[in-house]
Amino acid sequence: MMPQVLTRLAPQLIALVVLMGLVTLFYPGFLSISYSDGRLVGPMIDVLKRSAPVALLAIGMTLVIATRGIDLSVGAIVAICGAVAAYMIASGYGLPLALALALVAGLAAGLWNGVLVAVIGVQPFVATLILMTMGRGIAQLITEGRILTFTDPAFAFIGSGTALGLPVPVWIWLGAAVLAVALLRRTALGMLIEAVGINRKASAVAGVNATVLLVAVYMAMGLCAALAGLIITADIRGADANNAGLWLELDAILAVVIGGNSLLGGRFSIAAAVIGALIIQTITIGIRLAGFPSEYNLVIKAVLVLVILVLQSPRIASEYAFWRQEARRKREAQLKGAGR
Amino acid sequence: MLLSIRSLTKEFPGTKALDSVDFDLRAGEIHALLGENGAGKSTLIKCLTGAYQRDAGTVTLEGREIAPRSTVEAQDLGIGTVYQEVNLLPNLTVAQNLLFGHEPRRMGLIDSRAMRLRARAMLAEYGLDLNVDRDLATCSVAIQQIIAIARAVSLSGKVLILDEPTASLDAREIEMVFGVVRNLRDRGLGIVFVSHFLDQVFDLTDRLTVLRNGRHIVTEETATLDRVRLIEHMLGRSLQDEVLHSRPPDRGPRPELLRFTGFGRKGRIEPFDLDIGAGEVVGLAGLLGSGRTESAEAIFGLQPAQTGEARDRSGVLDLSSPRKAIAAGFGFAPEDRKTDGIVADLSIRENIILALQARRGWARPIARAEQARIAVDYIRRLDIRTSGPEKRIGELSGGNQQKVVLARWLAMNPRFLILDEPTRGIDVGAHAEILHLIHQLVEQGMSLLVISSELDELMAVSNRIIVLRDRRHIAALAGDEVSGPTIMRAIAGVDAPVEKGAVEKGCVEDAPVEAAPVGTAPVEDAPVKDMPVEDVPVEKGGE
Repeated sequence: MMPQVLTRLAPQLIALVVLMGLVTLFYPGFLSISYSDGRLVGPMIDVLKRSAPVALLAIGMTLVIATRGIDLSVGAIVAICGAVAAYMIASGYGLPLALALALVAGLAAGLWNGVLVAVIGVQPFVATLILMTMGRGIAQLITEGRILTFTDPAFAFIGSGTALGLPVPVWIWLGAAVLAVALLRRTALGMLIEAVGINRKASAVAGVNATVLLVAVYMAMGLCAALAGLIITADIRGADANNAGLWLELDAILAVVIGGNSLLGGRFSIAAAVIGALIIQTITIGIRLAGFPSEYNLVIKAVLVLVILVLQSPRIASEYAFWRQEARRKREAQLKGAGR
Repeated sequence: MLLSIRSLTKEFPGTKALDSVDFDLRAGEIHALLGENGAGKSTLIKCLTGAYQRDAGTVTLEGREIAPRSTVEAQDLGIGTVYQEVNLLPNLTVAQNLLFGHEPRRMGLIDSRAMRLRARAMLAEYGLDLNVDRDLATCSVAIQQIIAIARAVSLSGKVLILDEPTASLDAREIEMVFGVVRNLRDRGLGIVFVSHFLDQVFDLTDRLTVLRNGRHIVTEETATLDRVRLIEHMLGRSLQDEVLHSRPPDRGPRPELLRFTGFGRKGRIEPFDLDIGAGEVVGLAGLLGSGRTESAEAIFGLQPAQTGEARDRSGVLDLSSPRKAIAAGFGFAPEDRKTDGIVADLSIRENIILALQARRGWARPIARAEQARIAVDYIRRLDIRTSGPEKRIGELSGGNQQKVVLARWLAMNPRFLILDEPTRGIDVGAHAEILHLIHQLVEQGMSLLVISSELDELMAVSNRIIVLRDRRHIAALAGDEVSGPTIMRAIAGVDAPVEKGAVEKGCVEDAPVEAAPVGTAPVEDAPVKDMPVEDVPVEKGGE
């Protein structure tokens, strides 16, 4: 069991290690971690913390993509949930209610997407494009167009606090990932989602309740987006309806793809997608630390992502296998020649 | 010979779509290509038009061997195709469509005046005079079809393939298109005509070729082949296995298990009554589109019935979805294994336990060890040829995939199992094994509904056979009534009960004109009065 998981994760892990090595070449202190004031400090800890939103979104996005779907609205859901939480806090409703309502808002957004996709049959791209457009507007209505700030230390703790030496956002995405993997792989959910993603019709004929399963997947995505929205909002102590979670859907999709998950649905790995999120964040922070002018950031990031994806592509893999086979054959031929 | 195909073979993973097929097309003939679903018609056409590359065999056009690798290359060689769905661009004008990609140019720019003139001249050849600046979408479907033909002929000009060109036309429009096609034949083109409408085949074509299960069955002059014989060729009486010539033992009347009354769905299957006995096998016979699969899908809740009800001894059953049907103890192995049966990227183990797991619900997973036990058990019992239970099911052959789908249902231990074309596209060995399996299941008391285009197979397993035509259950045959000739007469629309009367062997009337009564020749081994048919079998769409 364990070696199988490692084989699956190997390309992502290798890419991450190589990237960390590259950054260290330019910025020797990248891997250094120190302990002060009861918490761990260092660039890698920063990577772990800054990865939180994309890692959380990648968990849900992996499931959506496994069902052969896509969710473009997650950035907008992040903004809505952040706005809801900030509004509740600012209006004095207290933290528990604010958190609960933000999560409910995420679930409701997911339900909307899920119903459009699974019940009405709108293509996922189009269905979620609707909420992508509308969601940010809803968030702006909630914040009344302003950046809604608050001063609630308990809420801010979610975004910038420390627990057991690590930033709270790290615990949240780690916990969500472990929970998701356990829920999917210790029950039959993971297999059923894969079955629906590969062949919805055949799964339905076999009695799988594909419609309910699809709606549930989009709701899980909404929940992940709500968590990401809470972290982002708590971190800056304010809800910015215009910028919170902007373009994060694309980073999430990228993380899933770097994680080796096919956009055509089917077999999926949440762990690989989360490592994909770490890779993206390592690139982002690494470029800055390595001292490249900030205008190079996006171009370098794109090139690195391209290299990772090309190296992962099945065509390269089969070419590599072929090349190795040829090399072995040549070696054997040489040995034979030497033997005579 | 204009076009000559020898030993054409095309394999897909798990199936041989074409197995050493021969086919000849003369210049100046209309040649029908017939066969049920999966017979290999479309594969043959795709090999001709360059959509597929053949695995073996030769194709010679005017004595020169060809191997087109794209439709454009096939067109340049002289082979043009017109499909059922018009393959043109509705938002462009008639002239643009006719000359798309071959526009007359002047100084590098499209010469629209010349284009209009050329288009008008092209259509004039077909007796059409219409404004070529109109958008194609504003023309009737028949005109669009003729424009598609005109375009195909102007681009290729030797061989014209018509793939179900009349499926969306009414009778007058069909006559119009047929006029054009006959005209082209007289100009010396070789025309391949694919259609499910037997009337049109008899009306239009000079010769016909029947394919079945990827093999060439017969090529004959249309005028000398009668309708019952044609259906016999299409449905096949081919397999020479011992199993196929036995009849199931008659164990007398059985306790009733299920009763469907007035069960139907608009546009798919007319309301029907059907009783299923415990441990009984009921066979559904009929041509493609006659309502066989539609009946099964209504029963299994895939296309839930809108009228009527289903009962068992304990009361009315809710069959509004597959889940409900499964809860009622039903199982369904669908006709199209690839799209409706297997989940290709999952393992054999996961495919086998899928239905079982779906019934238990996601929160109660079947333990991995138990899954493996079930999978290994069925791999052994059904003799599924695989290196192990973790192999991707998509990598298995068609017969083994079918066994996995069967295993999925057997693991559920259903009381009523529907098998839609359980042996389509699988090799002879697996074929016999699946028929044996059906016998075993019946021994254990399971009830089955079997749909098959192979009449021998159907007769070998069914206690009772329901014949369907035009989406209706039109006859039920049991006991001594079950024989090839009676079934085929019922399908062809010749009244089934044999009447005593004159037997005129070998008498065949001319090919019928559209919708005219059809004379039918007697079948050798069961004499029947030569009688007109008022309700000829007409195919409507696909199954």
